[in-house]
Amino acid sequence: MNWITNYVRPTINSLFSRREVPENLWTKCPECGTMLFHRELKDNLNVCTACDHHMAITPRERFAKLFDGGLFAEVKVPEPLADPLQFRDQKKYPERMRAAQKATGEKDAMLVAEGELARTPIVAVAQDFSFMGGSMGMYVGNAILAAAERAVKMKRPLVLFSAAGGARMQEGILSLMQMPRTTVAVQMLREAGLPYIVVLTHPTTGGVTASYAMLGDVHIAEPNALICFAGPRVIEQTIREKLPEGFQRAEYLLDHGMLDRVTHRRDMRDELATVLRMLMKLPPAVRGDLPAPEAGAASPADAAAKDSAAAKPAETKPAATAKGGDTKPADAKSAPAKAPDAKGSGTKAT
Amino acid sequence: MNYLDFEKPLSEIEGKAEELRAMARSNKEMDIEKEAVALDAKAAVLLRDLYKDLSPWRKCLVARHPDRPHCRDYIEALFTEYTPLAGDRNFADDHAVMGGLARLGDQPVMVIGHEKGSDTKSRIERNFGMARPEGYRKAIRLMDMAHRFGLPVITLVDTPGAYPGKGAEERGQAEAIARSTQKCLEIGVPLISVIIGEGGSGGAVAFATANRVAMLEHSVYSVISPEGCASILWKDAEKMREAAEALRLTAQDLQKLGVIDRIIAEPLGGAQRGRTETVAAVGKALETMLAELAGKAPEALVKDRRQKYIAMGSRGLAA
Repeated sequence: MNWITNYVRPTINSLFSRREVPENLWTKCPECGTMLFHRELKDNLNVCTACDHHMAITPRERFAKLFDGGLFAEVKVPEPLADPLQFRDQKKYPERMRAAQKATGEKDAMLVAEGELARTPIVAVAQDFSFMGGSMGMYVGNAILAAAERAVKMKRPLVLFSAAGGARMQEGILSLMQMPRTTVAVQMLREAGLPYIVVLTHPTTGGVTASYAMLGDVHIAEPNALICFAGPRVIEQTIREKLPEGFQRAEYLLDHGMLDRVTHRRDMRDELATVLRMLMKLPPAVRGDLPAPEAGAASPADAAAKDSAAAKPAETKPAATAKGGDTKPADAKSAPAKAPDAKGSGTKAT
Repeated sequence: MNYLDFEKPLSEIEGKAEELRAMARSNKEMDIEKEAVALDAKAAVLLRDLYKDLSPWRKCLVARHPDRPHCRDYIEALFTEYTPLAGDRNFADDHAVMGGLARLGDQPVMVIGHEKGSDTKSRIERNFGMARPEGYRKAIRLMDMAHRFGLPVITLVDTPGAYPGKGAEERGQAEAIARSTQKCLEIGVPLISVIIGEGGSGGAVAFATANRVAMLEHSVYSVISPEGCASILWKDAEKMREAAEALRLTAQDLQKLGVIDRIIAEPLGGAQRGRTETVAAVGKALETMLAELAGKAPEALVKDRRQKYIAMGSRGLAA
């Protein structure tokens, strides 16, 4: 028996598991069941090529496609107290945190970055649903405050991508307190006269919807995203009836006046640029993929440049030589963007 | 008297004493007073023991006790000239939220609170204190009015949470709560909040983002109900005792965390055993808190409130 369990079975297993490797290269669309090749899926921003179902996308992947040339600089988020309540359910909270950090390679469920979007300098913050359901705890609150402060300092608009099951129960009341805290962040932007655009992605629910996700100047949602305060299951239990098809989905909210637009992920970048540039009174945006802005333009001041380099090392070296903060673009098609960038919107920080 | 499950031994003793006295009333020959007094003493000791160290879950039960004074009781007893103001000017008037002009002493104020109702009929009418978007939008309107006319705002929080219904969602429950919290942070007048029973999640935050937040001794304030938390994290709603423990939802823990500023003591055996005293204690706390904020400039009130929430969470329970 020992010989079989200790030697034969592992050997057989290892043979099989080796053969199973290619499985990771394929993702099954949860909506239509189509098998999607990983590279194709990635190129299509994690949207099913067959049925347009929008799957989750990590903040890093999203930012890599959002910012010009995939270049962005991470904005540092102040670390909150770890496990302030010494919370324990079936597992201890720090154990759950470590597991999530290991699985995602991220510190917590929010990433803050600054960079240029169609040559429009912005601060962006994105919630990571793969990290404990994107849940809003103190780190997420700190991230939004840090993003707002940075945006105010640099006089840039803030774009926020929401994705969360709600507040993080393991931080108890302190997670609830992120509702007023993040609302303060929104007010900082309002008072500074800076646009705050919320992109609501699947799912955005609970205390997240009931605070910063519903306080944007413009609300854009990804197709079919679940957006609600109370989840459909809770409502069905309360009212004891079946909810209609599409209830609390993006299109439904659009019909009920809670959103400005529902936009395909593929078109989001252009749409954000269009809206932001009008709100910032800048000339129309340059369309299409742009190379990264010149060094010094996108990674000013204290933001760690090394993080941006890690994001997309190959494409972060524009050819043009930067001189005195002149942001002359490297290629011809982005030429019209020259004028707006030269305007004092903080991009020239050296 | 409605007894809670954990008060059962107490109900037995008090019941026996009551029985004895009833017998004595019908039969003058019997001398039971001594025994009845002994039972009373036993009950008093038991009551003190039961309430000396209430577990978080028991506090939830006390906070939800139907005989506790509700928003309406406080408004009637503590304020004069209460003039309810109704409606959100959009869709409806939400009866789960009371609000209007009133005087606390001589001071005109805007008072707003969740009302749960006190019997079956009023509970249904009040939707058990679960507000719909219209309730929050009415509160926003009243807070805005208070701001423009320089009246302090007093909110009394007592809700299991915002109503999870179809219509409420369609009409933007999340947006209404978000805007109400935002309004709380904007107004340049003193904003004082007392959690008198249940502070249920976002539905409570929308009223309780205040310069000063007080809690009654046995009230609770939480991101989620212990039952809800148990069913999600323990996958078993029956683990609500453990969840209540873990969530740190008692006034005592919240004060340690710096989330609330003050605890208002309840009579022995909870607010339901001394309604008048409880109401009076809340009145006194309101006056003290108002006095603390008197004379502050509108900008300072707004700034202090924001600063308070930005700084929140910097101290944990461990210290």
